Amino acid sequence: MAPAPSPTSSVITLTINGEKHTLPVDHRTTLLDALRDHLDLTGTKKGCDQGQCGACTVLLDGRRAVSCLQLAVAAEGREVTTIEGVADGDRLHPVQQAFLDLDGYQCGYCTPGQICSALAVLEEHAEGWPSAVTTDVRPEAGPAPLTPEEIRERMSGNLCRCGAYVSIVQAVARAAEARTDRNEEVVA
Amino acid sequence: MTTTTGIPAATGALGTARTRVEGRDKVTGAARYAGDIPLPELAHGWLVLSTVARGRVRSVESDAVLAMPGVLAVLHHQNAPRINLDYVGMVGRPDPVIGVFQQDRVPFRGWPVALVVAERPEQAREAAEQLVVHYDQEPHDVTFYAGHPGAYTPEDSPFGRAEETKGDVEAELAASAFVVDAEYTTPEEHHNPMEPHAATAHWDDGRLEVLDSNQGSTWVATELAQIFSLDPGSVRVRSEHVGGGFGSKGVRPTQVAAAMAATVLQRPVRVVMTRRQMFSAIGYRSPTAQRVRLGADASGKLRALDHRSECLTSTVHEFIERSASVGRVLYDAPAHHTSDRVVRLDVPTPTFMRGPGEAPGSFALECALDELAEKSGIDPIELRVRNEPDRGPISGLPFSSRNLVACMEEGSRRFGWADRDPRPGLRREGRWLLGTGMAAASFHSGVGPSTAAVTAEANGTFTVRINAADIGTGARTAIALVAADALGVDPERVRVVMADSDLGPAMFAGGSMGTRSWAWAVSMAVGELRERLALGGDIPPEGITARSDTSEAIGALAQKERHSFGAQFAEVAVDVTSGEVRVRRMLGIFAAGRIVNPLTARNQLVGGMIWGISMALHEEAIRDRASGGHVGPDLAGYHFAANADVPLVEADWVDDPDPDDPVGIKGVGEVGIVGAAAAIANAVWHATGVRHRHLPIRPDRVLSAGTNVPEHRPGA
Repeated sequence: MAPAPSPTSSVITLTINGEKHTLPVDHRTTLLDALRDHLDLTGTKKGCDQGQCGACTVLLDGRRAVSCLQLAVAAEGREVTTIEGVADGDRLHPVQQAFLDLDGYQCGYCTPGQICSALAVLEEHAEGWPSAVTTDVRPEAGPAPLTPEEIRERMSGNLCRCGAYVSIVQAVARAAEARTDRNEEVVA
Repeated sequence: MTTTTGIPAATGALGTARTRVEGRDKVTGAARYAGDIPLPELAHGWLVLSTVARGRVRSVESDAVLAMPGVLAVLHHQNAPRINLDYVGMVGRPDPVIGVFQQDRVPFRGWPVALVVAERPEQAREAAEQLVVHYDQEPHDVTFYAGHPGAYTPEDSPFGRAEETKGDVEAELAASAFVVDAEYTTPEEHHNPMEPHAATAHWDDGRLEVLDSNQGSTWVATELAQIFSLDPGSVRVRSEHVGGGFGSKGVRPTQVAAAMAATVLQRPVRVVMTRRQMFSAIGYRSPTAQRVRLGADASGKLRALDHRSECLTSTVHEFIERSASVGRVLYDAPAHHTSDRVVRLDVPTPTFMRGPGEAPGSFALECALDELAEKSGIDPIELRVRNEPDRGPISGLPFSSRNLVACMEEGSRRFGWADRDPRPGLRREGRWLLGTGMAAASFHSGVGPSTAAVTAEANGTFTVRINAADIGTGARTAIALVAADALGVDPERVRVVMADSDLGPAMFAGGSMGTRSWAWAVSMAVGELRERLALGGDIPPEGITARSDTSEAIGALAQKERHSFGAQFAEVAVDVTSGEVRVRRMLGIFAAGRIVNPLTARNQLVGGMIWGISMALHEEAIRDRASGGHVGPDLAGYHFAANADVPLVEADWVDDPDPDDPVGIKGVGEVGIVGAAAAIANAVWHATGVRHRHLPIRPDRVLSAGTNVPEHRPGA
């Protein structure tokens, strides 16, 4: 039961996976809790509730963010993408398909966050963002190859206690290849 | 539609890589975990944990928070319903931490003293944080160290004997050509499954229903019935998806507090632990202080093996980390002594954590073997081969199968061990010193009684019903493969219904026993079903169901030494300027029974090895002597391996079906962590020439220990 508007609550409109949702929220409510408790979008997981594990990662205007450190009221006017919005209907996104095919998980609890991070990693890399292990960071150098070392570094904000990292790296690499192939097809 | 009953021969589903049955739900966010399931009128409970390490609760000032918006109740020892803790469950007597709000005594910091229930989680949380609890504080002792005067030898239990002795250790050591005598320590370690403990309880038509995150719903339902003095049939516990457990997800304060609050309020109540609460209320791995003495003759054959370990427990419950037991399986010697002792401190009770006993025990023993290899000049693999026992060193029982040598040989070949120069401190790449190390591994292969039902449906499909839990192991998929193989049908035609206590009693997911126990029950039920289907005739609309109970068959199992084995190999790089240790690659070769699903089994074994990396280099919970609590009990203060810490880790196996198991399974859940930390520590010695006997091998320890590198390196 959500509280009525008051000095400690507001009615806000969130844009989630392209759909607008108007809801009253307690000002203390995080984006994570708004998704899970108010909108029944429970694919986004709570692992630590303090920005240390990455399980609650979503995309905010296309960039990854931990939704536990974001107040719901501050997410108004921004495009929120959650794991529920990643697939195209019944067709899995290549990142999702790669996680499934290569067993890039075990218990699955960190998986939505891993997948949202992986989506952002592919974008960040394509845009030429360096990571801590990128050796040539000159702007004109262009994107460094997305090596396993680069993927490990870029995916390190998402903890996996089951220790599925090896197959997570493989899954991200496969999705990156699929993306390159697709782009080449488009160019051709 | 009806189908005739003839079924074809086995399909070979077993042993073929198969993606997870629930994989699509997991990658789309559709999989609902215990805290994800909406219920009308759901109220939220927030645990309040003690802020003193020893004393009594003088008062709980609940009036102020009861006046806060949305707050429905504050449960504490003065108003909570009485419950029963006088029973023996699947893992023995209950840890009193689950008997919430029954007494004013506080035996450790982080003991549950109250539950605040409110309409919204934010309200419950704020009220819980505002709740004033007054204590009569008493002096506490939380400091664990080797040789603590309070240490005692515990009574033997079904989980193991505290002490085993044969021969004269002192005499054999005195007569040995080579002697190793070293002390090792491992720190307090925490499970930290990614999904926090969560339980939602409600009453439905006279039954207590619990949507839970656990490793076994039979386990939890049976104990909840005892705790609340209910008929076992009036408790139903379900755990469709579980976000990891690693030993921590049995009966915990979450289920008991949620059920208690749901009973008091007569509405659904959810209790979810915070990450910080998990550091004191779900168990953990005790720190250990171990001493290993090995004596060997000139050929490297052991004359004496003496492994003594100390661990801690709480003042209210005894749990023993049986680190010394690993030597009772791995090596024989004419004089053989192994003992586990324990000291009671004002700390939470530890519990089973992945590889209980073997994980810390193998660190000490397998490092000591490496030290013996160094002293005797014998290759570490050859030393282990020379000490292979024919029978259980203490039990005298035959091994069901023991393919440790095969693991070491295959691992040696694939890792490139033959080219290794055994001398330490010789390999350098810039600021990095490089080294390799290996260790042996074993973990007990057990099995627990289970029931299952398999139905041949009229539409030609099959339904398996068993109260198994999939905590990330791939159990749901493995059960489908076992059933499909036994039925001789494509796995697509098999549906698995599980994780529901109404399905009947079954083993929990723990001790590397889950898949073996469930597969046994499923294959037995399929055998019965096939006999009935062989009679021919049409399948009626309700299908034909066969049931199994493995209790008798398991009871009749011949006494043998049954274990999974493995050989772990690691290459490390040690930065001599920062003290950082990086694992460059790991290889584990295992003899772990029949592998049901290579895709998920490999992932699980690799996961265990990654736990070994964490254990060797990262994990360490620090307890503050003054407050009795932890320093930084969260995922920033307690680091376990992140993606960037993990290099290429490979796991593979040799053929090793258990001849006495109907499916040939042994278990893969734990053997992956055993020996892994030792292999890394041995590699650090090989890199630096310095032994690190205290985990984790932190940069400060590496820097202060320095290196023992020859001054004139080849090519220097």
